[in-house]
Amino acid sequence: MSDTAGSGGSVKLKIRGAAKNFGGVRAVANVTADIQEGEVFAIIGPNGAGKTTMLNMISGFYHPDEGNILFEDHDISNVGPSKIAALGIARTFQNIALFRGMTVLENMMLGRHVLMKTGVLASFVYWGPAQREEVRHRERVEEIIDFLNLTDLRKAPAGALAYGLQKRVELGRALAAEPRLLLLDEPMAGMNQEEKEDMVRYVLDVNQEWGTTIALIEHDMGVVMDISDHVMVMDMGEKISQGTPDEVRADPKVIEAYLGSTDHKEVA
Amino acid sequence: MFHRESGYFKTSYKADMALYPLPIGKVAATGFVLLFLVVAPMVLDEYYLSIINIAAIAVVGALGLNILLGYTGQISIGHAAFMSVGAYTAANFAVHFDMPFWITLPAGGLMAAAIGTLVGLPSLRVKGLYLAIATLAAQFIIEWVLNHTPVISGGIQASIEMPRPVFFGTVLNTQSELYFFILPVTILAIIATLNLVRSRIGRAFVAIRDQDIAAEIIGINVYRYKLLAFAISSFYAGVTGVLYTYYFGIANYEAFQLPISIDYLAMCIIGGLGSVLGSIFGAVFITLLPIVIRVFMETVGVFFVDGVYLAQVIAQMRLILFGGLIIFFLVVEPDGLNKLWQNIRNYFRVWPFSY
Repeated sequence: MSDTAGSGGSVKLKIRGAAKNFGGVRAVANVTADIQEGEVFAIIGPNGAGKTTMLNMISGFYHPDEGNILFEDHDISNVGPSKIAALGIARTFQNIALFRGMTVLENMMLGRHVLMKTGVLASFVYWGPAQREEVRHRERVEEIIDFLNLTDLRKAPAGALAYGLQKRVELGRALAAEPRLLLLDEPMAGMNQEEKEDMVRYVLDVNQEWGTTIALIEHDMGVVMDISDHVMVMDMGEKISQGTPDEVRADPKVIEAYLGSTDHKEVA
Repeated sequence: MFHRESGYFKTSYKADMALYPLPIGKVAATGFVLLFLVVAPMVLDEYYLSIINIAAIAVVGALGLNILLGYTGQISIGHAAFMSVGAYTAANFAVHFDMPFWITLPAGGLMAAAIGTLVGLPSLRVKGLYLAIATLAAQFIIEWVLNHTPVISGGIQASIEMPRPVFFGTVLNTQSELYFFILPVTILAIIATLNLVRSRIGRAFVAIRDQDIAAEIIGINVYRYKLLAFAISSFYAGVTGVLYTYYFGIANYEAFQLPISIDYLAMCIIGGLGSVLGSIFGAVFITLLPIVIRVFMETVGVFFVDGVYLAQVIAQMRLILFGGLIIFFLVVEPDGLNKLWQNIRNYFRVWPFSY
């Protein structure tokens, strides 16, 4: 996939010395990284490495204690999550966070919330501008439903769907916002091989056909090494390695983080 | 049974997103509007029209509270107080500035919305029971302020006499005349709510109820929308208060005390949370229940109770049956009357087959 790496050459997201503490726990410490426009960027690391905290800082749930984060050269370190969504960053969650009582269609229409304008009075009246806007956005949502092969489920309540399908709907909701940076927190967790293959295909299609920059956290090394242009490895809140999948795989620090130190044996 | 859903093919998203996608729905809705606007006033006498009036007023308030409670998932035990804000605002406008109803109605609503937004501020930090207590405090504070501020509440027993509404020179005196004033407002409120909950704002409310974290991440400013829900909801409450004031002919805080707030919560819960039809069911149910119980006791009770005590017994039985029936309905169908109606509909949808 490295042929798409850095297409356009500009940096989508700059992380500059970002750090986050929870009480005495240093969840993320002094991480600096660049996510290139149009690439698939993976963040990997053992449990508790600070990957999700990193994602939460990008999407605005946490604000970094030190350092800053720039999206398209715009400092978003202290911007709230709803404003960041409006800037063009969408994400999915490790534990599915769909609106369970609503249909697939409504979930995706909600994804377009930031792109819609209808105010209170127009909503009360509905007929006229509000209806025109609803129909216009419905058309786009239907394209995404079509793309994700959810056409027969559009009016099913999201909470009643199978796990793998819920993950797909959540991806759809994020896509509906037409983000320029898409954050995926373990999109393939808990899936069987077939579901994983489907999800990988959707992720790659989004990346290649729509040119969306994607940053993802994933534990399945096979998937990560196959689809990523760049991989960042974190351990104990720190970035220990970064590079192409091949570079990362050969890095002794990465092997140490995952398999344990070899020095350790000699001491013992 | 009467209709089948199959065979109606929609060729545009607009048709698919219509309020009533099936012809039967349009026919039924139009039928109900005609029934209430044309047939009912011709057939029914003053007494029954007055019952419909009071139920129609309750529907507006229940719709408002359901937007907050059922759709946005925020609780308010201060809704009766918001109604009193609307009531006194309208009464002052009508008495001191001689304003017609088409100004006092929105004015009362807007004032209630302003106060409601203020009361909604704690919702930004607290949820559930804590928010309930915070809004309960508002109920008592507003009551106290009205009772102790003669400038607002008129002084003598904190009540203001309300002039009758005037419609193009005609003074609406009787119940049948008030009927044509109250019912259109109710119908407008119903249509406005139906539109609200199927558009962008309504979806955002439900998103906050279902998953406030996910709502934030897709770009909904949760704080702003919670306050907006409080504002809209108390606007409805304010309008309800104005309607009550025109109906009773007097603005008095005693008509808007804590038990009324609880009544409206009961309407939403029994009718069905997060449903427009449920709000209507609940409001009608809670309004009619005491009346039905009284009529029932007057006809059946005389066989068991000495006529001298009947009035006393009726008053007690009303409380007992009221509580009992609410518990009964909640046990039979915790999702409210609306769910009960859905079940009946689903049964007949495929009748005579089981699925």
